Amino acid sequence: MSIEVKNISKTFGNFKALDNISLKVETGELVALLGPSGSGKTTLLRIIAGLEQAEEGQVLFSGQDAREKKTKDRNVGFVFQHYALFRHMTVFDNIAFGLRVKPRPERPSADQIKKKVFELLKLIQLEWVANRYPWQLSGGQRQRIALARALAVEPRVLLLDEPFGSLDAQVRKELRQWLRKFHDDLHITSLFVTHDQEEALEVADRVVVMNKGKIEQIGTPDQVYHNPANAFVLNFLGNVNLFHLRVEDGKAYVGDTAIEVPGFKAENAKTASLYVRPHQFEISRQPKNKSFLKATVKFINPAGSMVKLDLVTEVGSSVQAEITQEEFGALRISRGDPVFVGLKNITYSEYEI
Amino acid sequence: MSPKLKKTRVLPGFQLSLGYTIFYLSLLVLIPLSMLFFKTATMGFPDFWEAVSSPRTLAAYRVSFSAAFIAAGINVVFGFLVAWVLARYSFPGKKIIDAFVDFPFALPTAVAGIALTTIYAPNGWVGQYLEKFGIQGAYSFLGIVIALTFIGLPFIVRTVQPVLEDLDPEIEEAAACLGANQLQSFMKVIFPILLPPLLTGFTLAFARAIGEYGSVIFIAGNMPMKTEIAPLLIMTKLEQYDIAGATAIASVMLIFSFALLAGTNFLQWLSSKRIGME
Repeated sequence: MSIEVKNISKTFGNFKALDNISLKVETGELVALLGPSGSGKTTLLRIIAGLEQAEEGQVLFSGQDAREKKTKDRNVGFVFQHYALFRHMTVFDNIAFGLRVKPRPERPSADQIKKKVFELLKLIQLEWVANRYPWQLSGGQRQRIALARALAVEPRVLLLDEPFGSLDAQVRKELRQWLRKFHDDLHITSLFVTHDQEEALEVADRVVVMNKGKIEQIGTPDQVYHNPANAFVLNFLGNVNLFHLRVEDGKAYVGDTAIEVPGFKAENAKTASLYVRPHQFEISRQPKNKSFLKATVKFINPAGSMVKLDLVTEVGSSVQAEITQEEFGALRISRGDPVFVGLKNITYSEYEI
Repeated sequence: MSPKLKKTRVLPGFQLSLGYTIFYLSLLVLIPLSMLFFKTATMGFPDFWEAVSSPRTLAAYRVSFSAAFIAAGINVVFGFLVAWVLARYSFPGKKIIDAFVDFPFALPTAVAGIALTTIYAPNGWVGQYLEKFGIQGAYSFLGIVIALTFIGLPFIVRTVQPVLEDLDPEIEEAAACLGANQLQSFMKVIFPILLPPLLTGFTLAFARAIGEYGSVIFIAGNMPMKTEIAPLLIMTKLEQYDIAGATAIASVMLIFSFALLAGTNFLQWLSSKRIGME
């Protein structure tokens, strides 16, 4: 089933949480709502579930207006950041809850419920915890139980609110990949909220970047990362360095160094902004051409697949660069060394700020 | 054990504070209570049996325990409502209402008794209307229940309220997403979590009501066999210098109360064990 929201607005007191939001999630898609805290992403999710009411706009499930439908009749699976498991019930009873509260004519028999619960426990690979209580389980296990509980009623849509937000880094990564695989098997229309760009880019089919109650960009992970629509998206999806360029006679300068940026057109501007990702720098002992900037190494973090360098250029701006372990080995630099910084694999684009 | 293996504790003074606790409890609770049994033991069994099983004594037990039980039961229902309103909603004047709940704690019980009697007496504010329906407010069993309900209210509110405030609203939302209606989410999700504090509050209110004396004697009318409570009977015996008889009744009450408290504590332990709160 597809989810569509049209022109949704919502305010809390004087705070505009959502400002004229429109979005469509196609059947079987896994979409991430990505944004900083306070960007309205959780509010949007809660409006779709009917836990919150929008002041304006519509929520459509498969083209049908859901305004008149209460949460309990919307048939959405909702997974909360803090699990929201029923602590006085065993894992089995938690998962069976949705089946047991069905109106009598639709309610499955005890045997059917048991069969369904164990199917779900098998799916989340936790068959051995059926008789335990939620407080006896780890965070990752609890979140999987919460997911199984949401799936028990066979929802047409799955909504996940920061599902991995309160888990350890290691467990987060595991569950993230598990969610992706799980979605590939079941193909249930899913929308999940996260503030972790890595998570959104790794898991989702499409990413919706939100900021201050508005949608900044909608696109595939590749599109939003490599072709960001504006400076906010660029900044939010990974680290970026900002250079203020001075323009003279159609050439761009940083300090006194003229630098060459493919795609840069001077036009009539006096200044310009250049955004460079950490991996778009080339570091060398000697300048390879005239557009290399002089800099000093302030800090080196070699732990990781890439070596992270903090540099200060001769004009005093700080730069974060990433180079491969091989490049680092060949350079033999240490803290305080002078180096030269050039650009690679970069095309100039202009962004509104 | 070698000195090296001696356990070090982060909090110092365990032995000293434990010793103090035992000394303090002995002085205030255990020694006086054991004197009760020693004094009772000075009378022979036939005398004891006569003192504790005379029709007047039995009637007093019945009045005391049944009135306390009914009052605690009323408080479970209405105290729960007060706690619910205070925990769930915000409205102007909430702080004042919250403070009023503690009033029965602070008010001298005799003052409470006199005030309640004035209101519920046949010519009082409320009593005159009850009179029209043929109900006698003060000077009756109902009067005792009214006084004990007043005394017990804060116990329920103050035990349920913090648990209710800690209750995550997300669990109700989760229940709604799973298709539960409001009645189902209250009965299956909220109520089981509130059962242990309700039992605790009930136990406290009940225990307090059994021993209550000051407020009840004004409103009860104190008719032997009808509205005479056990603590009053003990006072009457003491005034007649029948100290052994008074202690005999007191020890029976003590044993009864202890058994009831042990029972409710056990129930409470059972229900909180399921929730994983200990």
